Amino acid sequence: MHTELRQPSSPTKDVLLEATDIKKSFGGVHALKGASITMRRGEITALVGDNGAGKSTLVRCLSGIHKPDSGTIRLDGEVINFATPNDARKQGMETVQQNLALVEELAVWQNFFLGRELVHGPFRTLDRKLMKKTAADLLKNLAVNVPPVTSKVRRLSGGQRQAVAIARAAGWGSKIVIMDEPTAALGVQETAKVEQVILTLRDSGVSVLLISHNFDQVMRLADHVWVMRAGLSVAQRRTSESSGDELVALITGAKAN
Amino acid sequence: MPTQTKADAPPRQTPPLIAQAKQVSFWAEQAAPIGLVGLVIVFGILSPTFLTLGNIRAMLVAAAILVVLSVAQSFVITTGGIDLSISATMTVGAVGFGLAWQAELGFVLAAVVAVASALVIGLINGLLIARGKVTDFIATLGTLSVATGLALIFSDGKPITVNSSELLTLTSGSLGIFGYPIILAVIVGALGWFVMFRTRFGLHVQAVGGSEESAVANGINAPRVRIAVYLISAGLAGVAALLLVARVGAAEPAINTAFLLNCIAAVVLGGVSLTGGKARIVGPIIGALLLTALTNGLTLLGVSQFYQPLAVGLVVVLAALLTRFQKK
Repeated sequence: MHTELRQPSSPTKDVLLEATDIKKSFGGVHALKGASITMRRGEITALVGDNGAGKSTLVRCLSGIHKPDSGTIRLDGEVINFATPNDARKQGMETVQQNLALVEELAVWQNFFLGRELVHGPFRTLDRKLMKKTAADLLKNLAVNVPPVTSKVRRLSGGQRQAVAIARAAGWGSKIVIMDEPTAALGVQETAKVEQVILTLRDSGVSVLLISHNFDQVMRLADHVWVMRAGLSVAQRRTSESSGDELVALITGAKAN
Repeated sequence: MPTQTKADAPPRQTPPLIAQAKQVSFWAEQAAPIGLVGLVIVFGILSPTFLTLGNIRAMLVAAAILVVLSVAQSFVITTGGIDLSISATMTVGAVGFGLAWQAELGFVLAAVVAVASALVIGLINGLLIARGKVTDFIATLGTLSVATGLALIFSDGKPITVNSSELLTLTSGSLGIFGYPIILAVIVGALGWFVMFRTRFGLHVQAVGGSEESAVANGINAPRVRIAVYLISAGLAGVAALLLVARVGAAEPAINTAFLLNCIAAVVLGGVSLTGGKARIVGPIIGALLLTALTNGLTLLGVSQFYQPLAVGLVVVLAALLTRFQKK
């Protein structure tokens, strides 16, 4: 199957990330058969598609968890090759995983700096004061409701945990934050708060790649949407020029592109 | 600011002590200090000698080895592991010291040999568990037996008498009522606390125990952390070996199972969860003091030695039951 992609409606706008013809197979399963997406600077780009369409695999290729079999990824025009998630992080690409990667027994500030702790003094002791302050500031800038940074993550609500994970991902001068179903496990109120957090993040200049099954959410949040089907990116739309119904049609294949 | 919903309300302020005392979780969290105070009061009433300075001094000296082992075990258990070989490793260290002493290497080199030979066992544990993916329980059960066997083989099953003036000073010297052994143990405890709660490594130990998956996702090298905690455990077992040789006056290839069970018991009493992620250092130290006070008190009261394991066992089972009520 080969699909002609429509040109983006305003190709001059600054492209931050460009993944071209990404292929990835697991044994005999061809998860990605040449998927391509672009992300524009300062926008929320949504990635939609049915289960098994290849969204998660594509995101895992972008965040350094999987190595693509072929294809190129360009960040800011430069070709990048991530061997590990840490490489991706160093280039300014953070991923908020579906399980959030938080340690429940640890405090919010400890989770915030986990693996990247700040130290001071001759014995390289943890700079607890600075870490607590930084975490509190970053959370306050982003979150509607701020959990105290000294509370254990175990005590936080689902929405608060999501906010902590997003704030952590955004807190490292990241260019791109990738979010995999950030509101899948949340109730209506909490979802609204997390959506607010995502918009605040976008407004602060961070580009967001959002994977979501919720078309209303995609229409509400995203500036641009890519549709995946059977390992390929089959269509892209500006959300302002599309509708939830059209997205459904594109996902199911009722409408080709 | 929008009105706060219930889910987003900040956690309640810590209620005053009296209000806390009404909750089961308070007793569960503070099992070790409460138990220790209780035992001191009971034995203090029942035995006139229990609270004499001489007895307190003797108790603290007797507790030193267990305190060191409990701090060591606490690191391993915080990662969700367990070091069953810890007392056998101590025996290896003791025999290593004895052989080096016999070879007339002098105290300092003999002490280095003791710690180094213990570290070998720790390295084997760490590699088996972190790289070989063998369950902690099985790996250290195996090295428990291996280490015990090695100690017997190298010592030919006989105790090696050690007449070291340094060890004599270590075991008999004191500052006030605090003998050198307990001072050494407290230094180990303070260092352990510092490493656990004030360094990146300590935070990584807690993170790996809390959720290895999340720790790894944040770039923490979990296998390296696991190897490190088994090295810490073994290294401290080597330090404990010096205290043991000093106390006994000889390096014995004994099995020392009581130390193994008691140090795990002290850690559990101290409020450390066996599932990992919840670090405590002071708690296990108090747990070690409690178990020592228990044994000492029973001896003073003339209770047969046969009853001591029974008493220790009951205390531990009770503590384990109490931990079910700890705050999540």
